[in-house]
Amino acid sequence: METIFALATARGKAGVAVIRISGALAWEAAGRLAGRLPEPRVAGLRHLRLDGETLDEAVVICFAEGASFTGEEVAELHLHGAMATVTAVLRALSGMEGLRLAEPGEFTRRALENGRLDLAQVEGLSDLIESETESQRKQALAVLSGAVGTMVEGWRAKLVRAAALLEATIDFVDEDVPVDVTPEVIELIDDLRRDLRWEMDRSGAAERIREGFEVAIVGRPNAGKSTLLNMLAGREAAITSEIAGTTRDVIEVRMDLGGLAVTLLDTAGLRETADVVEAIGVERAVQRAQGADLRIFLLDDADVPMIAPKPDDLIVFGKADLRSVDGFAISGKTGEGLDRLIAEVTAILANRAAGAGVMSRERHRAALSRAFDALDSARNEVLRGTERAELAAESLRQALRALEALVGHVDVEHLLDEIFASFCIGK
Amino acid sequence: MKHFDVIVVGGGHAGTEAAHGSARMGAETALVTLRRDAIGVMSCNPAIGGLGKGHLVREIDALDGVMGRAADFAGIQFRLLNRRKGPAVQGPRTQADRKLYREAMQKLTDDQPHLTVIEGEVADLIVTEGKVSGVILADGSQLAAGGIVLTTGTFLNGVIHIGDRQKPGGRIGDQPSVALAARLRDLSLPLGRLKTGTPPRLDGKTIRWDILDSQPGDDDPEMFSFLHDKPFVRQVSCGITHTNEQTHDIIRENLNRSAMYGGHISGVGPRYCPSIEDKVVRFADKNAHQVFLEPEGLDDDTIYPNGVSTSLPEDVQERYIRSIRGLENVRILQPGYAIEYDFVDPRALKPTLELRDLPGLYLAGQINGTTGYEEAAAQGLVAGLNAALCVQSRDPMIFSRTSSYIGVMIDDLVTRGVSEPYRMFTSRAEFRLSLRADNADQRLTGVGLALGCVGEERRRSFSDKMERLSAGKDLLASIVLTPKEAALRGLRVNQDGAKRSAYSLLSFPDIDFSQLAAVIPELGAMDPKIGEQLARDALYAHYIIRQENDIAALKRDEDWVIPDDFDYSALSGLSNELKLKLGRARPQTLAQAGRIDGMTPAALALILARLRQGRRAAIA
Repeated sequence: METIFALATARGKAGVAVIRISGALAWEAAGRLAGRLPEPRVAGLRHLRLDGETLDEAVVICFAEGASFTGEEVAELHLHGAMATVTAVLRALSGMEGLRLAEPGEFTRRALENGRLDLAQVEGLSDLIESETESQRKQALAVLSGAVGTMVEGWRAKLVRAAALLEATIDFVDEDVPVDVTPEVIELIDDLRRDLRWEMDRSGAAERIREGFEVAIVGRPNAGKSTLLNMLAGREAAITSEIAGTTRDVIEVRMDLGGLAVTLLDTAGLRETADVVEAIGVERAVQRAQGADLRIFLLDDADVPMIAPKPDDLIVFGKADLRSVDGFAISGKTGEGLDRLIAEVTAILANRAAGAGVMSRERHRAALSRAFDALDSARNEVLRGTERAELAAESLRQALRALEALVGHVDVEHLLDEIFASFCIGK
Repeated sequence: MKHFDVIVVGGGHAGTEAAHGSARMGAETALVTLRRDAIGVMSCNPAIGGLGKGHLVREIDALDGVMGRAADFAGIQFRLLNRRKGPAVQGPRTQADRKLYREAMQKLTDDQPHLTVIEGEVADLIVTEGKVSGVILADGSQLAAGGIVLTTGTFLNGVIHIGDRQKPGGRIGDQPSVALAARLRDLSLPLGRLKTGTPPRLDGKTIRWDILDSQPGDDDPEMFSFLHDKPFVRQVSCGITHTNEQTHDIIRENLNRSAMYGGHISGVGPRYCPSIEDKVVRFADKNAHQVFLEPEGLDDDTIYPNGVSTSLPEDVQERYIRSIRGLENVRILQPGYAIEYDFVDPRALKPTLELRDLPGLYLAGQINGTTGYEEAAAQGLVAGLNAALCVQSRDPMIFSRTSSYIGVMIDDLVTRGVSEPYRMFTSRAEFRLSLRADNADQRLTGVGLALGCVGEERRRSFSDKMERLSAGKDLLASIVLTPKEAALRGLRVNQDGAKRSAYSLLSFPDIDFSQLAAVIPELGAMDPKIGEQLARDALYAHYIIRQENDIAALKRDEDWVIPDDFDYSALSGLSNELKLKLGRARPQTLAQAGRIDGMTPAALALILARLRQGRRAAIA
């Protein structure tokens, strides 16, 4: 097996840079630079030398096989973060027999292959590294620590129980097993459907946390949408002018609102237009606005929204610096009402995020939804009577298979274990 | 020295099926057994078939094997289990008259060309150049063959326990094969120890039948063999009684005298066939356990009380048996006993049941850690066919999980091994909806014909049936009804405007063939049996299409053959634990590797990547 190494921290000038070495030769390689190595999991200060020349003074930590991130023998060299130092140590390692530079993601892949992380955990790790906001960090950490696995473990126990009850009535019909297991099976299926439905509902918010909420600013041309966007973003992201219809395409600004990732969308003003390019912009604006998680309608005077607001959507009156209106007035120029707007948007999104689950990916949602559909058809078959037991059992198997992507493999031995533990079999 | 193509050692269910399978392939076959008149003996309960097991018997029959035919000749109470559930989980079963079964099996054996029965005890194997080439009998004579099938059941280091008494033996009244066992131990095969038990045998003349419930056979008995359509002998009922609190008290008070609870037995017993001691201890809250009183034969008063196997001493057996309703004055003809025996870890076998480390030697039946006549016979068939194929220098016959219960069982055995005596259940077959007892011939007889193990009589009836099925299906597909037309005929379907063929109407839960035939005159001429069979196919058609993706995925994985010398230690990124497991199990295909305990998707991907490299290298 090849031993791999790479810079584990970001490239560039920094206080500390960490080089990670993983594989059968990791300790040997670290030892060739550092001399006597510290005990595993104990930090030791060492001079790194190659051919008598000192490269750096570094903290060295070793991890034993089976007790490291990758599951292999690992050594970490915590260097001073100078680019020249890092380059010198990497070059020294490249020169050693049996070592090579790791490919992107290779440490994580080895962790997966050695069973140190499951697939959901790998996704969690990648999300953690990518996380920009506090909610993303918390969510990713929950997934990384196995929250998906724990949750699915509970479902799997219920599914296995339901399947075992049905299988018992099929395979042990001549034995002292309950003839009608319908009530318990239906109860288990309904429990699971409720759990899955709940988690699917929450997965939308979970995905939003991971990818960011979209908030669209909509209104008529020249309502001051771009000015508002720039004010919120704290920079000139959109071109503003007195000319109505200045914004033609959708402009996106990514920002952190109260720990949530939010993408603010500035859209073309909504009006009937003969200008072909503007018309495309308007159509696009309507589309994006309707697909967004929240809309801020920026209105003039007694204006009415051109697309129907959804619950939670905010209606504000712009250009408060130029006129006084009843209601929620803001000004992108003076900043009047901005703090209130930010507070309201944040409160609405935070409320949604609070209900978020850990299933944050399309893959998770697809698996949940396949399992849910299979449970539905299992339920129908169970209710049709015991003569359809094998079809109900087949649907339960499909539900298990659908969750397999999340849970790891379930096999018949688990069903039999459950049957033999519950019923006295053997006529 | 006498020469044969194939020698089968042992005349039990595995041995007879192996010998017949090999002989049907045209291989000159010797069946070596201690006593010719013991061929076809049922040493445990007098019944054949059941759920999963009945499926196996049908598959054996589809390949022209003998178990199904003999069971039909001897069947005295036929029942199709799960008759009220779907056809995929219906299993044929019969009580079998011991004597009639033995006679039927011996007659079939006498009539089988290329098959010679030799009475004798096999004491040793002849191994030349790392390959088994013959056997040495206890009298010193030698027999040579290209393939040897060993079916020695529980005779390997068998020990019988009755209470705290033990004696060597594989079955009451028979001697264990100590010499052969020693020889197998020298081969350093991985061995394990299992146990099983039997109940006492009762004298039916001393049972008060008048006060007991009885269970008759089906009114419309279902045969095992596709060649038969009705029973051959008089049909009888079984009695039903129950244990009670008094029975349980007697057992509890004497647990320390039971071989198992007294600590005399180390082997692992089957969870689905526990002794009465086990039931009383593990399910202490149950105050009664069912006991079936199964007749052993039409002119035999012996009764087999199914459900009360035991290893208690004889005096305790008598007391607890007599505490059961209807058995107050019963006479025990032969006490129940537990038996411990060695088995070979089946992970040492190829899917042909040939030992990986000793070419030419095939193992089948209980010696591989299974239980049950049907499981044994099915393995015998696989070993017999493959031994013959090997001698004939032809490709092996590997049964797939996707097309037979036989395939499911063999795959479970050679990839997963056993932790308790292995018994077939329908829930073991993930493609259960398409692997049905009713379509075993449609799945396997064609395969058997291509292989050459199916005789002329079956070939004719099979091709006739297939022609009629195909014509019937065409007819059903050609009749198309609108929902309105269907409703006019009293058929309940959704009024959704979708036209449906008569075939797809049969997949509706409340439409069966007779109903359809009554309202569609064109179907009047179709044989109802053919129509009913097509209805069973139609019922699951929708599910089977969905399963086809899974089957295709499995077949793809089965197509990735892992060479015997595949070096797992050279795979970077594979945990040491998995390397060890894979090295020991040596899966033959990627599909098998995936079923090894503890296998991860990532590890499978690694193996696949290496196999792909190998394939690319081979092309270049």
